[in-house]
Amino acid sequence: MRRVVVTGIGAVTPLASGAQNTWQKLLNSQSGIKSIDTFDVSDIPAKIAGLVPRGEGDGLFNAEDHVSIKDMKKMDDFIVYGIAAADQAIADSGWKPETDEDQEATGVLIGSGIGGLPKISEATDLVNNGKTRRVSPFFIPSCLINLVSGQVSIKHGLKGPNHAVVTACSTGAHAVGDASRMIMLGDADVMVAGGAEAAVCRLGMAGFAAARALSTSYNDTPTEASRPWDEGRDGFVMGEGAGCVVLEEYEHAKARGAKIYAEVAGYGMSGDAYHITAPAEDGNGGFRSMRNAIRNAGLNPEDVDYVNAHGTSTPLGDEIELGAVKRLFGDHAQKMSMSSTKSATGHLLGAAGAIEAVFSILAIHEGVVPPTLNLRNPSEACKGIDLVPLEAKQRKVNVALSNSFGFGGTNASLVFKAV
Amino acid sequence: MSDVADRVKKIVVEHLGVEEDKVTENASFIDDLGADSLDTVELVMAFEEEFGCEIPDDAAEKILTVKDAIDFIEKADS
Repeated sequence: MRRVVVTGIGAVTPLASGAQNTWQKLLNSQSGIKSIDTFDVSDIPAKIAGLVPRGEGDGLFNAEDHVSIKDMKKMDDFIVYGIAAADQAIADSGWKPETDEDQEATGVLIGSGIGGLPKISEATDLVNNGKTRRVSPFFIPSCLINLVSGQVSIKHGLKGPNHAVVTACSTGAHAVGDASRMIMLGDADVMVAGGAEAAVCRLGMAGFAAARALSTSYNDTPTEASRPWDEGRDGFVMGEGAGCVVLEEYEHAKARGAKIYAEVAGYGMSGDAYHITAPAEDGNGGFRSMRNAIRNAGLNPEDVDYVNAHGTSTPLGDEIELGAVKRLFGDHAQKMSMSSTKSATGHLLGAAGAIEAVFSILAIHEGVVPPTLNLRNPSEACKGIDLVPLEAKQRKVNVALSNSFGFGGTNASLVFKAV
Repeated sequence: MSDVADRVKKIVVEHLGVEEDKVTENASFIDDLGADSLDTVELVMAFEEEFGCEIPDDAAEKILTVKDAIDFIEKADS
């Protein structure tokens, strides 16, 4: 089977625009969660979110750097974020396919959990208020999930497989995993893969709040709200942004002298077959997804140094995941590190697995594991494992595993390995 | 230049992201200003909004240039 490596990374997150900018803030224990001031939240119990910092200057997100003003109205924010993260990852990889052959060997697979919820909400208002004729001809392509992949392919002339994943909060991980398989099987030599999300709007907040999924006790102290495994956790914090990687067949990358961050060594999937929003209580789905990924990598659990957990800061999910990790890794659980970077970014839903893949790759590449913020009082069941509380930690990471679990009981785990 | 012409050109510049001096009266939206078929639909909607008029589909299909738009709106106005 052909080997697949990561040669480019990109991220637009509540911490910053840019993978390195985001990573530095993450390692400095900064949080990207703040009060929502862009729309009315007076009637919504959760009033905070991880919002992409906008503006001009290093680390701030300026949409016009990536999309012309004319084209901006043809896409909802999740597409703009996705294009930006892809632009960054492609520039970082140095891969510029110009011949027909190279363009046809380069594909795109970027997903989203929800797609253009803000635009759907706006257009619904028009239709329900007798303004059907005001619905833009760009409405549908502005909110379709696969239009991130479509727009990226058009912008960069990428004519290989053009695909999109929709598996709720597992989307980003599935996208990276599926794209790596396309390269392994020879459908492409290079894939731009990732996830994008921008569902922080009244409709999105109201929906997740109604599902009782969001944190509501920390509206006055937003940076303390996302606290995976901490006794005071009370739900996840919505986030927005996008993560992207350039995946490349190993020999292809070597031949052009590309910088190689890590290898996509393994990919595992599973279904809970249990409940639409709650994880199976025994953590069996997450357990099998991790086990499958490690097996697919040809490794043993003892080889894993770092786990980037799904860890969303919900009362139920965090402990179930941790239980599955303890069962799978046994005594080795005490020797590895595991953290939840959602403590700093919030939960980027369909983008989460992609930015967390980027963090796992950087942990290997830079020999440091990012912290779990706000983890001051771990719940009783969350002891006996290094959850990297509060501060980043230097440690050699040869193998990293990243978990993503989504509504519908869909689980994905990725294993990255130093090359 | 009439007030209508000014306002039409301003909308074209904003929606198609083109330089003002390219928006001559004879400029074709598709051939000269880089619009595609969806852009022209949106342009017509923007004219309707700006001038508070309704441009039926069969009339919209005949609005191909800046001048076509100005003429239609001036006629609808009078």
